[in-house]
Amino acid sequence: MIALRIAPPRALTRPTRIVQRNMLVYRRSFMVIFSGFFEPLFYLFSMGFGVGALIGNVPLANGTSVPYAVFVAPALLASSAMNGAIYETSNNFFFKLKYAKLYDAIISTPMSLNDIARGEVMWALLRGSLYAIGFLVVIAVLGLAGLGLLTSPLGLLAFPAAMVVGFGFAGAGLAVTTFVRHWRDFDFVQLAIMPMFLFSGTFYPIDAYPPALQAIVQATPLYRGVHLIRALTTGTPDAVLLLDVAYLLTMGLIGLAITSRRLGKLLQS
Amino acid sequence: MPETTVPATQPLIHARALTKCFGSFTAVNGIDFDVAPGEAFGFLGPNGAGKTSTMRMIGTVSPVTSGELTVFGLDPAQHGARIRARLGVVPQADTLDSELSVLENLLIFGRYFDLSWAESRRRATELLEFVQLTERAGDKVEPLSGGMKRRLVIARSLINEPSLLLLDEPTTGLDPQARHLVWDRLYRLKQRGVTLCLTTHYMDEAEQLCDRLVVMDQARIVAEGSPRQLIDKYVTREVLELRFRRNDDETDDSAHLDGRLEGLAERIEQLPDRVLVYTADGEAAAATAYERGLRPASVLVRRSSLEDVFLRLTGRSLVD
Amino acid sequence: MTVIGLRLARPGAIASRRSLRVLEHDLLVFRRGWYSYVLSGMSQPFLYLVAMGIGLGLYVNRNGSLPGGVPYLDYIAPALLVTQAMMAAAFESAWPIMGKIHWDKTYHAALNTPLGALDLLAGDLMWVAFRATLLSVLFLAVIVVLGAAASPLVVFAVPIAVLTALAFAAPIMAFTATQTGDGGFNALFRFGITPLFLFSGTFFPIEKLPLWLQPLAWITPLYHGVAAARSLSIGQVDPVGLSIHVAALAAVALVGLWAARITFRRRLVV
Repeated sequence: MIALRIAPPRALTRPTRIVQRNMLVYRRSFMVIFSGFFEPLFYLFSMGFGVGALIGNVPLANGTSVPYAVFVAPALLASSAMNGAIYETSNNFFFKLKYAKLYDAIISTPMSLNDIARGEVMWALLRGSLYAIGFLVVIAVLGLAGLGLLTSPLGLLAFPAAMVVGFGFAGAGLAVTTFVRHWRDFDFVQLAIMPMFLFSGTFYPIDAYPPALQAIVQATPLYRGVHLIRALTTGTPDAVLLLDVAYLLTMGLIGLAITSRRLGKLLQS
Repeated sequence: MPETTVPATQPLIHARALTKCFGSFTAVNGIDFDVAPGEAFGFLGPNGAGKTSTMRMIGTVSPVTSGELTVFGLDPAQHGARIRARLGVVPQADTLDSELSVLENLLIFGRYFDLSWAESRRRATELLEFVQLTERAGDKVEPLSGGMKRRLVIARSLINEPSLLLLDEPTTGLDPQARHLVWDRLYRLKQRGVTLCLTTHYMDEAEQLCDRLVVMDQARIVAEGSPRQLIDKYVTREVLELRFRRNDDETDDSAHLDGRLEGLAERIEQLPDRVLVYTADGEAAAATAYERGLRPASVLVRRSSLEDVFLRLTGRSLVD
Repeated sequence: MTVIGLRLARPGAIASRRSLRVLEHDLLVFRRGWYSYVLSGMSQPFLYLVAMGIGLGLYVNRNGSLPGGVPYLDYIAPALLVTQAMMAAAFESAWPIMGKIHWDKTYHAALNTPLGALDLLAGDLMWVAFRATLLSVLFLAVIVVLGAAASPLVVFAVPIAVLTALAFAAPIMAFTATQTGDGGFNALFRFGITPLFLFSGTFFPIEKLPLWLQPLAWITPLYHGVAAARSLSIGQVDPVGLSIHVAALAAVALVGLWAARITFRRRLVV
């Protein structure tokens, strides 16, 4: 306990107050958190098994063929990491920022703008990690990932990878939300998220696209996330994984920096 | 459908043994009252006295549990829509449509009363002028101040040119300027012959607006009359207020009155922070108190008000 | 209770002239932000149609494993037409109705006019039907442009979609009128609407579901909407099957309406 109190720098302890505050809130609506776990599972069963029965096998990047469910499961993990992070940092963050005036109250305490931004990202990651663990356990049990069949211990790395995806989108989500003026603007956020969810190599390989389109898709953060997690769960890693991780971490960090600056403008002017 | 016209002598609202229950809870317990055409009638009472339930029954949006109620000579259970067609209602909460503009809020209400769009627009424009919101016609409702929202609700309640206007706490939560503007507009409506029926827990509002009022407490009517009649009947002409210094032991000097106020006035009330002496002549009572050796920190003589009536009737422990 | 049930049968009892005023209100709101309704309503089904129908379709069609060898695009297009109507109806019957009943209380304001509680219900159901019709017609245009319908009978998929919308709107409005917060909607969408979207034969035949789940799909209204619209769109209409589907949807809508009349009265007339 004592060690804990001394060791972590302020930069990490203060943001946890935001996490604690959110936990207090959600303690009363546990169902909202819990139910989020089912969404990727429903997609897995519908797409992986239902549609999978119509498809059979699909080729991976290295040419080997896998059942469709094995192909789509890691993509659903990446998507749910994205969706979780975006949901928490868009609507919920906006409500606290504009309506509950929560941060106006918080900045009159020793908490800094950075603490707020980091704390909200931590919270989004904490929530996301619950879903990621749940989902990974399910696909492991079903034998859809390397770790399920114990062919590749790399599958275990899918968990931190999902966190990296969540971090990237949480940072970006917060930054975008600081520019939102009305609920309706979130339609545009959805307009960016939805196509990414459907077209980023999530549900089928992107080989079918013309080269120019392939290049665009490969530049999207969700594609990087799907690529990262799929390589790990199917046991087909390559050096590009480092690029995926660097891309997502950079996105998250830039998002955080923008968020702190924007919060300064919004709350302290 | 022929219009039912109420003869001038017949009351606009007529209630006998009117009762409203919600399950086992009795919100309104057998009250009798009549409201005459052109009158401004008030229900005065603390929160939970049954004022709003009564208003909702008159407005035909809440079914009568038992007793007799007619509005415009019609039975609310049978002719709800016909009654509402001639009624204006200003509810306690603003209930404005945040998705529509100020003007549109009025327009669609006109349509609810089956006015044509053109007629609805003509009246809406006129009413915005009346409540001084013409400049905000195109704005959304959200950014309006509390007073503006209230005025807009009043304008909305007038779109069908009602002959009876029901107002449930029309100025609660408004700042003094906003209240006076609302009062002024209601006064003008009264001048035009609109019958007003309102609830309030503000005495000054009741005194300003009401020709006649009933005091409600715990689901019953406990007094009835004009503001002046009520003051004359239930309190004295003047009130002497004595405040005493607070001692270190958390008691104040009033704890040591030792009956020195006895016989000074017909009624004396001891509050936590002061003593009220109800008397016809406040100055004389103050002089007597001094003679008897009392040394209050402050002395105030004032005319008695409806507030005194209200507190007398709806309860506060009295010095006997 | 029986009185309400009996009245339901009387023609004209559902849509009075006054309820049209409520529809007018909703259209007035719609006029302010129609582009946002159309944009958010159209984007999801359109993107699913392209991603699944064309992209994923490459892999599905390779095997020709759909009944009758129907192209995957043609298979899911009518299903998405119906599901977007369901989604819009479910949304409209949840949060906006909650706002009118509980948050903004605009229903209470309207009740001070000659309108009654059942006029509000009927008017807002008409609004849902309007919105479903509009979006379905637009989506139908997309389907036709993409050549995803084999039969001109596909135009009748629009009334099927609207009927499906009502089969969701009426019971959900009934549910909304019993709620005092939006907590229940989270569960409704997570455990009701989303699974229906995914498992009612939208993306794959329900015969691919585990045997014990198939009867479950059968009793959901979305399955009937999807099956009816699909048979019309691919031009393989079985009159008996179609009648059963339509009857099932109508039955759910009427039961929902019956329930909503009770809960609306209970909530608004106190």
